[in-house]
Amino acid sequence: MGLKILTEHINVPGINTLETYRKMGGYRSVEKALKTMTPDEVVEEVKKSGLRGRGGAGFPTGMKWSFLAKPEGKPRYLVCNADESEPGTFKDRVLMEKIPHALIEGMITSSYALGARTSYIYIRGELMFVLRILEKAIAECYAAGLLGENILGSGYSLDLHVHPGGGAYICGEETALLESLEGKRGNPRNKPPFPAVWGLYGCPTVVNNVESIASVPWIVNNTGEEYAKIGVGRSTGTKLISASGHINNPGVYEIELGLPVEEFLFSDEYCGGIWKGRKFKAIVAGGSSVPILPGELFLKTAEGTPRVMTYESLSEGGFVSGTMLGSGGFIVMDDTTCIVRNTWNFSRFYHHESCGQCSPCREGTGWMEKILHRIEHGHGHMHDIDLLVNVSKQIEGNTICPLGDAAAWPVASAVRHFRHEFEWHVKHPEKATAPGAVYSGAEDLAFA
Amino acid sequence: MEGTQTQNEVQFSEKAMAEIRRYISHYPEDRKKSAILPILHIAQAEFGGWVSPQVQDKVAEILDIQPIEVYEVSSFYTMFNLKPVGKHVLEVCRTGPCMLRGADHLIEHLENRLGCHVGENSADGMFTLKTVECLAACGMGPMLQIREKYYENLDPQKMDQLLDDLRKE
Repeated sequence: MGLKILTEHINVPGINTLETYRKMGGYRSVEKALKTMTPDEVVEEVKKSGLRGRGGAGFPTGMKWSFLAKPEGKPRYLVCNADESEPGTFKDRVLMEKIPHALIEGMITSSYALGARTSYIYIRGELMFVLRILEKAIAECYAAGLLGENILGSGYSLDLHVHPGGGAYICGEETALLESLEGKRGNPRNKPPFPAVWGLYGCPTVVNNVESIASVPWIVNNTGEEYAKIGVGRSTGTKLISASGHINNPGVYEIELGLPVEEFLFSDEYCGGIWKGRKFKAIVAGGSSVPILPGELFLKTAEGTPRVMTYESLSEGGFVSGTMLGSGGFIVMDDTTCIVRNTWNFSRFYHHESCGQCSPCREGTGWMEKILHRIEHGHGHMHDIDLLVNVSKQIEGNTICPLGDAAAWPVASAVRHFRHEFEWHVKHPEKATAPGAVYSGAEDLAFA
Repeated sequence: MEGTQTQNEVQFSEKAMAEIRRYISHYPEDRKKSAILPILHIAQAEFGGWVSPQVQDKVAEILDIQPIEVYEVSSFYTMFNLKPVGKHVLEVCRTGPCMLRGADHLIEHLENRLGCHVGENSADGMFTLKTVECLAACGMGPMLQIREKYYENLDPQKMDQLLDDLRKE
């Protein structure tokens, strides 16, 4: 059993209530920070912890905080990104649903560190039932003097509100999220200026993921140095992993960074291995945006080093033979999975979710979906395969926000690692479109 | 919550208006427009699961903004239904992780049971079948959402039972 700092009490009955949460040691970080530390001291601890943004990009949280501009006469905002929409990722939803106070405690302590007087939790609109759980917990905090005027007699005041989105993956991008919070379409902004200077309502703003913010209380209680001792190298602390797809035990697991990937995938404590006694074929290891890897390249690098669960180890080999930890969304595929169909599905997702602002993404995602659709449905040509890669290269790096890259990577990596499967679809359309047909590795065996 | 709507007038219920005022109070006074998404959600729940142009005009009036500012938002976000819907809107996740656990079969099963395609209403007006992208329930797929509730780890048998229960409501 690894150390659990976010989910230790997740199964305690009543942990969603303030009373039980406090009994288990909750809100100590608020007392400690507001009464014994200056805001800068809190920022310093988070910097020392090495905590990296848990939404997917992995940018150091403390550094992001230290960029926040502090001009006179302008409010500053902390906005929590709870717009969890990356396919394969459902950790924030589970954390907020089960332990809403973990996020709220983190919001209070973090808001104090940043000097915010009003903070928002932007939650995806589909999670309205989680919004109600959060609002109930927030009401408990106002009643207990943990929110509102003069929190715990410290002189610090904070208002915290939850804001529902309307159904748009793009609002997980921080500047699209801010546009949306201002009541507009979720079109990402050009940067610079970054939100740290020009964020919500033109004021300095920090946008952090749910899990990042929920990690702050432990750091404040136990010091950043202690947090940095967990994990390996620059991958400090624990990480919530959402595990889905063809495994025996789908769910959310908190792991210490550095855990061997083989242990995570096959031990009964975590994923419990591939379901139905089947073989491990491929994995998308960091949410749908990251490159897909064949099973063997996931378990070991191209050099044969066993991989561990860290930002660095999963990206070893670059995009040629590696991937990314991303948001920690593990989508596992067994040997009956059609990679072409799966890639088409993801392309359809990105086409659907493109905000339409930049032509390469708006048009390119549509073309990739169309080409993949025709390959999957038996109308593809051999040159379509290179055309796909060509389109993906013209999207990548040519858009205002990273949705373009996120749409390009899954396609380029699927062709890179599974080109034979695309070719098989083109060569044998009648077989590829038969119900349940999957390329088996030996072209004609499956249908002999 | 239920509002009333005639040809010329849209009236939110008192309870809904209280909720709307609460949301507006969350934002700076000169930034009322921020409340547009929360209010559209309230409006959709009030007026039969969709937001008509008249309802959207009313939202604009409440927020002191131009109607076009509401239309451009309601047409961008996928949760808002811009056409009348059935009594129960079934929103089935079709994205990768759910597909791996059988979402395609579930959708096909629903099309057969309801006698309509994705994007259509069943003949009795009871159901609207929609597919949606990832709902952050990947470990519990296949799944669907009906209003604010998630129904997870579904299979055809559980789906039939759920349809029966909804028909009785």
